[in-house]
Amino acid sequence: MSVLVNKDSKVIVQGFTGTEGTFHASQMIEYGTNVVGGVTPGKGGQNHLERPVFNTVSQAVEKVGANTSLIFVPPAFAADAVMEAAESGIKVIICITEGIPTRDMIMVKEYLTDKDCTLVGPNCPGVITPNEAKCGIMPGFVFKKGRIGVVSKSGTLTYEAADQVVKAGMGISTAIGIGGDPIIGTTTKQAVELFMNDPETDGIIMIGEIGGQLETDAAKWIKANGTKPVVGFIAGQTAPEGRTMGHAGAIVGGEEDTAEAKMAIMRECGITVAESPAEIGKLMAELMSVTA
Amino acid sequence: MNLHEYQGKELLNSFGVRIQRGIVVSSPEKAVEAANKLTEETGTSWWVVKAQVHAGGRGKGGGVKLAKSLEEVKSISDDILGMNLITPQTTVEGKLVHQVLICEDVYYPGETETSEFYMSVLLNRSTGRNMIMYSTEGGMDIEAVAEETPHLIFHEEIDPKVGLTGFQCRKIAFNLGLNGTSFKEMTKFVFALYTAYDKTDSALFEINPVLKTSDNKIMAVDAKVSLDANALFRHKDFIELRDTREEDPTEVEAGEYGLNFVKLDGNVGCMVNGAGLAMATMDIIKMAGGNPANFLDVGGTADAKRVEQAFRIILKDKNVKVLLVNIFGGIVRCDRVAQGIVDAYNNIGDINVPLIVRLEGTNAAEAKKLIDESGLKVESVILLQEAADKVAEVLA
Repeated sequence: MSVLVNKDSKVIVQGFTGTEGTFHASQMIEYGTNVVGGVTPGKGGQNHLERPVFNTVSQAVEKVGANTSLIFVPPAFAADAVMEAAESGIKVIICITEGIPTRDMIMVKEYLTDKDCTLVGPNCPGVITPNEAKCGIMPGFVFKKGRIGVVSKSGTLTYEAADQVVKAGMGISTAIGIGGDPIIGTTTKQAVELFMNDPETDGIIMIGEIGGQLETDAAKWIKANGTKPVVGFIAGQTAPEGRTMGHAGAIVGGEEDTAEAKMAIMRECGITVAESPAEIGKLMAELMSVTA
Repeated sequence: MNLHEYQGKELLNSFGVRIQRGIVVSSPEKAVEAANKLTEETGTSWWVVKAQVHAGGRGKGGGVKLAKSLEEVKSISDDILGMNLITPQTTVEGKLVHQVLICEDVYYPGETETSEFYMSVLLNRSTGRNMIMYSTEGGMDIEAVAEETPHLIFHEEIDPKVGLTGFQCRKIAFNLGLNGTSFKEMTKFVFALYTAYDKTDSALFEINPVLKTSDNKIMAVDAKVSLDANALFRHKDFIELRDTREEDPTEVEAGEYGLNFVKLDGNVGCMVNGAGLAMATMDIIKMAGGNPANFLDVGGTADAKRVEQAFRIILKDKNVKVLLVNIFGGIVRCDRVAQGIVDAYNNIGDINVPLIVRLEGTNAAEAKKLIDESGLKVESVILLQEAADKVAEVLA
């Protein structure tokens, strides 16, 4: 089972022959991900990393049965790439690209409303199901197989959390990096819901940051529907109001989207909140009654 | 990217939004010339002198004043230019005023009373759509309106498939209590305003106040405009609108090196890879009894050159008592980063604050060994908690 990606995912890379696409596709292949090809308009018919290159996503779907796509194309063309993947019947679209204009993402979100697909990202590290599929830019070795699901807005903080989970004697079922932009495909709530319904996940780590309402929405959903223990952390307790902290979406606009406000709501909703980012793994182990 | 009021107004006006007219100047003499010119063009007999800085609440700090004679235009401009304007949104030191906008007086008496409204255009993050937020309570602090009279704030969300519709513009004008000429003027104003927002890839428009004049014109008296920095590739002509004098000089320098840096006022400097981990590192500094002196995401390539640039930027701040490096090496190998730190340390030469380095992930053990054997005054740890403990120890 696991969620979103697994050993049966047939993965293509959009922006396959570019520097980023090439590097990360090689890493994914090395990890054992089932990469079946890639797309670079104008380079169709060539071979790259011993896999076929297609001009369009629909050709990749038709010829090699692709159902999952990783997007590494530059920001100016990334929105178009997401819509092409959706139109072509790709089921899981993971957009790594950082710096897509908000106006483009408003269009993408609208375009996807009647398409049967899931978008993860943009501006995210991707999704990994250990020992099955690494669909992203994360270091695979950190994510040892286990039964804890991780959803996070941040890349390196996800690696940090996964590392703590492993050191505390547990492992990861799937880790989903949902991205740090103001508009993203899969929300914290949707990712949590996937884990609640996944028989291979026993506990959930939810990592958020200042800005927006995603963690609040997820917390309220957990209070009403949650069946598994959840540990939460919100980065940016010391961030000043009105300044963007690296991620385009990480900006405190009002009292409701500060770290304090989010942590308070998460506590009210029964989530075990880590005050310090160094305690995430330890708290999960306590909830799971695991000793390292 | 934030614009000055005068730049924002020019941008709005280019899309047909009526604005209070003005001329930006940087000397009292030019201010008088501008006032004369405005009177020729608009017939205004009074003028408003407005400080041009990137901060709200300028009026409260004495940065916006009415001048009833040319002598007053000159003396007020002389006072405001070169002052450190302190407003509720600036630091205690305030912001140096380089330019003033000399504006026509639009509150002249006439057939009807003037009224002030509030209007902004922004992204509703929960729905992923743009919205127009507006209120009958203009000219005031909108946060206060939201707090005390939330029923006087209205929202209109825009469907991306069709854009802002005619009925939505009418609804806004009705809700603002307008009729006749001013009603028609408002529908045009709203449509032009949204068009400008959409076509320029803006991230925020805030017009406070939107004024109904005594002769029933609708105009923007102020304009806070923020552009989506990610969309500047489509609007090359906007790049020159950036005024780096309004930004922290260290942040500007860091930006030139491709470092994502925000200056803060604490005593512990930090260099981290990744925005989320950087924020988390700031939090852990606070828990260890310190205060973060900055946010710094060094990005995916933490090589010797970038590490050195980052160190130099952080160490410019004399409040920094400790420097904490927190790198989770994924694709980036920790031993390479460690070598970068050693090289940077040697190149800079006189680092007088304790350096705590936490390297975890790919080749972390090799990295720790490399640093421990370098002979430098660097504390090396692997766990995040150890890093926090070291910071607390140094500060104690």
